[in-house]
Amino acid sequence: MSTTDNCHSPNSPDFDDMTDNLKAENEQQVLDAVKSAASDKIALDVRANGSKAGLGRATDIGHVLDVSGLGGVNFYEPAELVLSAGAATGVAEVEDLLADKSQQLAFEPPDLGPLLGGEAGQGTLGGLVACNLAGPRRVKAGAARDHFLGFSAVSGRGEVFKSGGRVVKNVTGFDLSKLMAGSYGTLAVMTELTIKVLPAPEKIRTVLISWAKDGIYDHGGVKAMTDAMASPHEVSGAAHMPAGIAERSSVSYVGDSGRAVTALRVEGPEPSVAHRCEALKNLLGKYGDIEELHTQNSTAFWCDVRDVQCFVENQDRYIWRVSVPPTEGSRVALKILEGRPGEALYDWSGGLIWLALAPAPDACANIVRQHVAAVGGHAMLMRAPADVRARVPVFEPQNGTMADITQRIKEGFDPHGILNPGRMYEGV
Amino acid sequence: MLMPKPDSDVIARREEIIAAMRSIVPGEGVIIDDDELRAYDCDGLMAYRQLPMIVVLPKTTQQVSDVLKYCHDNDVKIVPRGAGTGLSGGALPLADAITLGLGKFNKILETDFENRCVVTQPGVTNLALTQEVEHAGFYYAPDPSSQIACSIGGNVAENSGGVHCLKYGLTTNNVLGAEIVLMNGDIVRIGGKHLDAGGYDVLGVITGSEGLLGVITEVTVRILQKPETAKAVLLGFDSNQKGGDCVAAIIADGIIPGGMEMMDTFAIQAAEEFVHAGYPQDVTALLIVELDGPAPEVEHLIGRVETIARQQNARYVKVSESEDERQKFWSGRKAAFPAVGRLSPDYLCMDGTIPRGQLAYVLTRMEELSEKYGLRVANVFHAGDGNLHPLILFDANVPGELDNAEKFGADILRLCVEVGGVLTGEHGVGIEKRDLMGEMFTEDDMKHQQRLKCAFDPGHLLNPGKVYPILHRCAELGKMHVHNGQLPFPELPRF
Repeated sequence: MSTTDNCHSPNSPDFDDMTDNLKAENEQQVLDAVKSAASDKIALDVRANGSKAGLGRATDIGHVLDVSGLGGVNFYEPAELVLSAGAATGVAEVEDLLADKSQQLAFEPPDLGPLLGGEAGQGTLGGLVACNLAGPRRVKAGAARDHFLGFSAVSGRGEVFKSGGRVVKNVTGFDLSKLMAGSYGTLAVMTELTIKVLPAPEKIRTVLISWAKDGIYDHGGVKAMTDAMASPHEVSGAAHMPAGIAERSSVSYVGDSGRAVTALRVEGPEPSVAHRCEALKNLLGKYGDIEELHTQNSTAFWCDVRDVQCFVENQDRYIWRVSVPPTEGSRVALKILEGRPGEALYDWSGGLIWLALAPAPDACANIVRQHVAAVGGHAMLMRAPADVRARVPVFEPQNGTMADITQRIKEGFDPHGILNPGRMYEGV
Repeated sequence: MLMPKPDSDVIARREEIIAAMRSIVPGEGVIIDDDELRAYDCDGLMAYRQLPMIVVLPKTTQQVSDVLKYCHDNDVKIVPRGAGTGLSGGALPLADAITLGLGKFNKILETDFENRCVVTQPGVTNLALTQEVEHAGFYYAPDPSSQIACSIGGNVAENSGGVHCLKYGLTTNNVLGAEIVLMNGDIVRIGGKHLDAGGYDVLGVITGSEGLLGVITEVTVRILQKPETAKAVLLGFDSNQKGGDCVAAIIADGIIPGGMEMMDTFAIQAAEEFVHAGYPQDVTALLIVELDGPAPEVEHLIGRVETIARQQNARYVKVSESEDERQKFWSGRKAAFPAVGRLSPDYLCMDGTIPRGQLAYVLTRMEELSEKYGLRVANVFHAGDGNLHPLILFDANVPGELDNAEKFGADILRLCVEVGGVLTGEHGVGIEKRDLMGEMFTEDDMKHQQRLKCAFDPGHLLNPGKVYPILHRCAELGKMHVHNGQLPFPELPRF
């Protein structure tokens, strides 16, 4: 996709002559573009900076609706814990703004740009919510969906609609914000989003269990995380790195030890953090050597986990993101990895497995999905070449009634199938 | 309140429908006598009553499925019902509909402490969930004031809140999975013990859908460790503005209290007279701020809240010194509704949410409205999340007063929307706020919501007459204007 200066040319060609791209800089222009596309039944690939272009099923949609012009913060009211911004506002810009007031997006948005082979810092608020992403704090604070209060959008019908509002407590009408979150732009083009923000923690510490040298400690790691999460110490991150992944950590203490580590994060005011750290050390000392990372090292460590830094290198490997009941994490991962070259990083107390596997024609989809189905969960193919993501279902395939519901929702919001068609499921 | 006109054809088929229901739900699960039907003639919004055509109380998911399939095939409407404690009339029966009660789904199916979740049938009460897990130090966080009686299925249908929403979220943030029966009888399972489900967030839209999309037959909720300790501080201010400013200052300082409740003069006095909670009587606004968590955190934050409150000119500051005293602080707030109710034959409880910073303005405007309508109003306010509960006092025996009170209530909700808030924070739209939906949503907004309805229940058989003032036929909603001839759009840059 290229953007050129002549996008504002008053002598714009007619839609019929349109080559590739439409650029919309406000809601009215989005509306015009979608109406126009709907009347001609022309499919649109909706994107801003394209930082997540590699997420989801690979599609070949000729025309791009470039919404990167929809940026800008409408309002940010720290005392009300609310921010409203255009869909293409950079996540980094929002985070900087919040940091000035010691606030944050509590669901810890990951920056998956590098993991997907692109640049860091390109993600937008709209893309973040459309993919319903969340980082390690998901276990305590929820995902993007849980912080998404309201929006304005243009549906595939070529109509502007809004839902939700700017307050947390709101049960007025169906919760369409939930429907938009994670819909990958297949139902509507969001133009403005309103999200809940929260205070950033004053202190961050990480209790680190270093397991003995050599050996597989995935089960032990999950057990330790389960103990920590079941404690009253308000753990806000629980991750396990096998030794091979830990040694690539940017935190030298973790990288140099050559051992598997399990990490538990506590956040809050200083006295609280100190108290909970001590309590966790006592609880978990039985598993291995215990160390503590303070704010700076903690921040670096959890950024690595959040952005799956360990799998950025070696872009040839395929990446799966698997969500299972937390206690099943290590069992599922080790079964999938049995006799198969690859690695597993555990987040969400074992409830999220990042798998890096050697390339295979079916991306090992059958084996991954078979083991996930046995315990209940969801597996998404996060990184693979486009031809693989066109062939192998990226999301857990739906069937029967759920597939019908998906189809009917799509038809209700985008009857001509012009918005990101095929991005989630074939024909949706 | 105008409800859809009963379908006389369906009522004429009542005997035949009863026979069909009895073949699906044997025994005493089909209720047809007026005396017994009367127990189901309203929910918590008792100003509106209607005898259901039939009440059916299934025991299994298969029975629910069979009932819905029969009704789908025979064009019979269904009103789902949990414990009937809802405050917006969402479970108000219809004369030509079956009320489908889920009360017999009263078993907790699985408690999984390691994965920190509980799988339960929908008829289990909110409080029973907490009771089931508290021996292991856990609890279920959302705590609507009716938690002793309300069912978890109803909580999901209404996306119920409570006093701890700012810190712990609403129902929607605490539900992991569900089994749902659609109107055509199909049974679907969504989510589970894992966090990410993929696909459209059907669980997210079912939550808070007020029984319009499907019937919930199983729920998986997440449970949390109970905070180690909790302490409350009672703060008095000589104006609502100062109370509101203090709330903002606490949040701006980075503190998210477990609960933060505000009461106005009328509510303070009524509560104090009723339960003697020890509230100061010479303040205009009273704030209860509760901090929960590890003891060192609570001590630390209570100190900071105290400092902030003094900076914000609190004229009364009292920290709870014991668990008894903390409970006493809450006793007045928790008794506020009955305390106000004692002063009046009837009252209406409203439920708007506003941006917190608008509190003083909204209360001033509400006083003006109170004078205009000649009706008293008391205010209790979930100050942390901006959810306002004005209680409008009236006497239903005085002709015209109910009507007047409802008009007053509608004006209050319009005011909430005007300042950037919403019609309902936790009670739901139901029938109560149905006709006000247009205050908040455009026609296109509501049509998009109804397109979701069409994906689940195109025949509009589930809970009709609730939430939306006009139900457009799905065929009509499906039509699309074609804009040929209007092209090109001159405003649109192309390249």
